Formats: sequence, structure tokens, C-alpha cells
Amino acid sequence: MSTIIRKASIMGGDPADIRIEDGQIVAVGVNVGGADVEIDASGLIALPGLVDLHTHLREPGGESSETILSGSRAAAAGGFTAVHAMANTSPVADNANVVDYVYRKGLEAGYVEVRPVGAVTHNLAGESLADIGAMARSTAAVTVFSDDGKCVGDSLLMRRALEYVATFGGVIAQHAQDPRLTIDAQMNEGAMSAELGLAGWPRVAEEAIIARDVLLAEYTGARLHVCHLSTAGSVEVIRWAKQRGIQVTAEATPHHLLLTDDLAQNYNPLFKVNPPLRTRDDVEAVRRGVADGTIDIVATDHAPHGSATKDCTWSDASFGMVGLESALSIVQHALVDTGLIGWADVARIMSTTPARIGSVDGYDAPLTVGSLANITLVDPSATTVWGADKLAGRSTNTPFTGLTLPGRVVHTFFRGTHTVRDGSIVELSQAGNA
Amino acid sequence: MKHFISTRGIDSATAIRLLDTTADMADVRQRDVKKLPTLRGKTVANVFFEDSTRTRLSFEAAALALSADVSTFTSKGSSVSKGESLKDTVQTLESMGADFIVLRHCDSGAAATLAQSGWINAHVINAGDGTHEHPTQALLDAYTLRSRLFGDSARGRNLAGVRIVIVGDILHSRVARSNVWLLATLGAHVTLVAPRTLMPRDIAAWPVAIVHTLDEALDEGVDAVMTLRIQKERMNDAFFPDAAEYTRFWGMTTARFDAVRANTLVMHPGPMNRGLEIAGSIADSANSTVRDQVSHGVAARMAVLYTLLGEDAS
Repeated sequence: MSTIIRKASIMGGDPADIRIEDGQIVAVGVNVGGADVEIDASGLIALPGLVDLHTHLREPGGESSETILSGSRAAAAGGFTAVHAMANTSPVADNANVVDYVYRKGLEAGYVEVRPVGAVTHNLAGESLADIGAMARSTAAVTVFSDDGKCVGDSLLMRRALEYVATFGGVIAQHAQDPRLTIDAQMNEGAMSAELGLAGWPRVAEEAIIARDVLLAEYTGARLHVCHLSTAGSVEVIRWAKQRGIQVTAEATPHHLLLTDDLAQNYNPLFKVNPPLRTRDDVEAVRRGVADGTIDIVATDHAPHGSATKDCTWSDASFGMVGLESALSIVQHALVDTGLIGWADVARIMSTTPARIGSVDGYDAPLTVGSLANITLVDPSATTVWGADKLAGRSTNTPFTGLTLPGRVVHTFFRGTHTVRDGSIVELSQAGNA
Repeated sequence: MKHFISTRGIDSATAIRLLDTTADMADVRQRDVKKLPTLRGKTVANVFFEDSTRTRLSFEAAALALSADVSTFTSKGSSVSKGESLKDTVQTLESMGADFIVLRHCDSGAAATLAQSGWINAHVINAGDGTHEHPTQALLDAYTLRSRLFGDSARGRNLAGVRIVIVGDILHSRVARSNVWLLATLGAHVTLVAPRTLMPRDIAAWPVAIVHTLDEALDEGVDAVMTLRIQKERMNDAFFPDAAEYTRFWGMTTARFDAVRANTLVMHPGPMNRGLEIAGSIADSANSTVRDQVSHGVAARMAVLYTLLGEDAS
């Protein structure tokens, strides 16, 4: 079957037609012929399919809040064609069986490429290395390793992990949080935590770990990826490390590009997230860090939680926000519409570079002839009053309810398969359900 | 007001009205018949997720003095660890007829969450939430100060120009937070004293002066010193080295007491660690307000119940 996308602005540039056959882009230009399916994309921007380096799909173990299928659908709705499923499931993805299970369920769902992330340490306990080699050589071919949710706090273990993962060509994605500096921490330590009487999560707990880790990366010659950095000081440390030539990449989440800690004022647990929402100065610094390339990518840290874990006191509530469906709109709102970056940059920070960090094939030459047909068509002129009704996953813990957000994902193609059509998720026949 | 969650945001006129109502209730408690019929037929549910016998008894006495029916729910530790959520607990109590929920909870913000959640329609009174606020304690403290300083001419007055030092574990103290907002609204000059480890960061916007040793604060001349209870386990978390050193720099010792003006009041919310944050002889002295505070606690809590009930009538 062939499909032609007509008059899409290629990454914000000139309009062109894109012809898709057998899951590949076979022509881009003005005279690409006819096709079985034609899509009028005038006014829409064509981006390469988005790649999320940081997704919690909750399966196995947390199926009441998300499954690999429901999370895959949420990802497609947000314009993603690949997600990295974090390892903090139950059981933990610290061995080949679990990562292969996640990988296979992703294939069965069929909406996006699900790339399992392997744990760095057994059971995320921070004590002994997980089965890193076995996961790297499994069917899932894991390349990203992370104890996300927890920090690899022990310096010796982090050194060994960097060296050992480098042996297999992978990368460690560190959740930078000094455990001792953040005992019982509930929110950013600052004026708001002082007033609310909530235990503070001080910025130095993140910055000190990043500083240690970039030095360990330099010393070992290994690659390091820093998850969801949230403070102005973290941006400075990464900038310094890159100037020294250290092999470090960094990510920021959409929520840290927009929201601030004063939202905790009423103890609404929807705003409880780890790392916590910071101050306006931090938001500005993180935005500038993305704009100048210090921060390489935006990743969602999509963290579904059922209502019971948010319908309670702040301290009892779980950390985390869903973010797959809203990510592109938040990036447009915080970075594109503010003039900090263009759409080609969006393609870089949300597709090409996260794919490179995660060693995901098929994204190195976006929207060109011969590449996989992973394509997201977004209407940048649309506006949406955000709410739970815009979500496609199983949980509704979005912090953006009530905000008027720009941009809307109109179509998503995953290897040529239409996963989102006219803003609605296409019902695929599930291999697993067939 | 529908709920009583925090002293922050209470305006000056409302604060003075609450103090005057407290005075009315204190008068009732001096009469032969120490009860008012105000809450007859109403139920006050004391919901205590944290041990506090004295606060619970004070609220019970206040509710009984207003002729309310009282039910009490106590549960140690976090609600989640007990398997039943705060939401389920309070909905159960409301279904049993509670018109007022008096909530003591180990989590900061628990009372605010309850008031805003839509889970219940009952009035919510914060009886202490984590390290956030303890607003009835602040009300009774302000009332105690006002009546001790101004006696029979106290009614209708604020605390303009009154100099108050609050010393101790400000970081973890809900009593300190509630007092800061209420005393500042009433026009008092508040000085907070603590080692840097026990002082919250980034409080430049608070309406207080901040110093780090008690001697420095007392040198300025004060009308009242409020000593806070220090949790001994803070020593294990490296907030300060040991009890002796705490007392040396932040304790209300007899030497310090002898050096301040003879009529300086010494307050303590209780329960006291005698010899640690306050010398026993000071606690028992004529300058001590400790027993007044306990007595006024019942009147202040009556005033809050009375004021919230007024909301239903209006």
C-alpha cells in the first residue's frame, strides 16, 4: 500500500509531498505521483517520528496505571514512534527475561517501537550490577541502562557501572539525586517548601551527583546521559563538562520547561514530581540550555499513576506526571512560540538526538528518501484547552489541565503504519489479542 | 470562614475578632455553668492520625463546652500504612454525622487537602499538620500574650509593637509557622532564633527578623520569649551536636532569664523538655505562661468552633 502526504512543511521548511511505500519513504518533493491514500497536510508541519528516551510504561506489575499497549497508544497520540520503557517495573527489568517480555509486548502492541531500558543494579537496590551483558545481548538488545526513580548513589558502583556498560557499547542514564540529601524530600527546597512545611529537595542534591558523574565519565572515558535535569546549576555543570569534551548528554522534561514550585501552594499532588518543579529562574535556565544545545533532548518522564496514589495527602502521593500526549505542545509553547528554537530543532531534540543516544535505528536522516516512514504531522496553529479528555493512556495525572496549549498531533505514522489519523488513534489489530 | 486551616491570610480584623471571641469563651469557663448550648445537636469528630493527648483533650473539652457531641478517631502513623486512606476515614465519619472534622495529621497539608478535596462538606479545623501549621495553638498563644500584657484593656486590641522571640526548631515547627503569620498580622515584631540547621532556607519574605543565637535576640529587649520543644532525635540527624550545646546557645536558662527585663514572659507550647530548651524553674515562675496557654487552648478552640458555626447561619 502506498500513501502520499501532500504539502507538509518539512520540519518547518518548504512544503513538499512525501510518498510512503512498504514502511519507507520512497520520494520527497513535488512530483511524487499518486497513491492509494492521500493526506492533505497543507498547514501541517512534518517531523520525524518522536523518540522518547524516558517513559514509564508500568508493565509488568503496574498494569492498573498503564500497560505497554495503553502507553504505546498514548505515545502515538503524542506523535511518538519510539519510547524507552524504564526499568522500575515489578519485577524490575534487571534481567533478559523482563526486557525481552517488554520488547515483545511492544511489538504486539504495534503503535511504537518499545525499547526496554535495563536496570543498572539488581532490583534497583544500588548494591550489585544487574545482568547488563545478558540484557545487551538479548532479543531486546538493550543499550540504555538506568535505575531511574533511584540514583546510583554509590561512587564506586557508579564508576564500575560506567566502565561495564561501556564494554557493551551502552550508556547509563542517571537519575541524579543524592539519596542522603533528599531523605523524605517532597518538593523543591526554597521559599515555598519553607512556607508549606514540606521537606525540601535541594538543588545541590542533583548538581552534586551530576558533577561527580561527569568527572567519573571523564575518568573512565564512558558515556553518561543525565535524566531530567531541573536546575540552573545542573545546566552550568553540563555546559562545563561539554566544554571539557566529556561524553555527556542531558535531557529536560516538558514540565520542567514550564511549571514552577509555587504550584505546590495548595498541596495538589498532581504537581508532585521527581525531580521536583523548581523556580522560574531554573525554568528559564533549562530553556536556554535546550536552546543552546547544552541540554541535548527533551524526554517526557511519562509517569502514570492511578487516582488512589494522587487522591491523598501530598506526602502520601506518588511522584510523577503523565506527559506523552502533551510533550510536543509544551515544547512548542515553551521553546518554539517563544522564539528560542525552530521546528528543525524540535526534530533534533525530540527525535534524531534521542534516537542516537538510545541507538534506535532509522532516525539518522529524517524525512529523506530511504529512511523508515516514522512521521509526525502537527498542526502548529491549533490550540487546545488541555484536560484529561486529551489523554490516551490509562492514567489521568496530567498537570496541564486548564492550560490553553498550542499545537496538535494530527497524524502519526510508525514505519508506514497510520497510528493516529485526524487526531484519533487508529485501532490496530493487536497481534497479541488476535 | 468555613474552615480553619492556617493563620496565613487571616486579616487583622478577623484575628482580633477571634481573640475577642476567645475572651468571651474564657469568661464562660469562669462561670458556674461552664457550657453554652451553641453546638447542641452538632457532632465534632476529632480525627487524630498522630499522638497528641493534650491537643485532643483540649478540642474535646472545647466541643463539650459548646454542647456538641464528640466522636474521636485515633490512628497511629500514616493513613496509607494503616490501609485506609484519609479520604475513606473522613467520609466514614461524615456519614456518621460529623459536622466538624478536627484533623491532626503527620503530613503537611493534610487539612488543606481535606478542605479543598470535595470529599466532605464538614468544617475542617487543622489541629496540626506535619511541619506546616497549628493555627489554634497560634490563636491561644496570641490570646495569652494579649491578656497577660494588657489585662482588662485587652479587648479589641492588636499586638502592635510587642516584641516576641521564637527560639528553637523553626524548620520543623508548625507552631512557629502559625505564630509567625498571626503575630505579624497583629502587628508584633517577631524574631526567629535557631542554628542555621534548624532554620528554613529562603524565608527572606517572612515578616520576621532572623538571628542565630538566643543571646543576640535577647540583647534587643523583648516582651516575650517563646521556646519550642526540641525533638531529641534531631541530634542523631546532625542538626546539632548534643543537648548540652543546644542548651548553651538556644536554651532559656536561668542566666539568660536573670539578664532580661523582670516582666518578660516565657512561653512554651508543651510538652516541655525541662532543662533542655527551658529551665524548670523558669517554667514554674510567675513569668511563665505555660499553664495559661493550656487553659486558653480550650477557649481558643471554642472560639474557632463558634466562629465556623456562624458561617452556617450567614
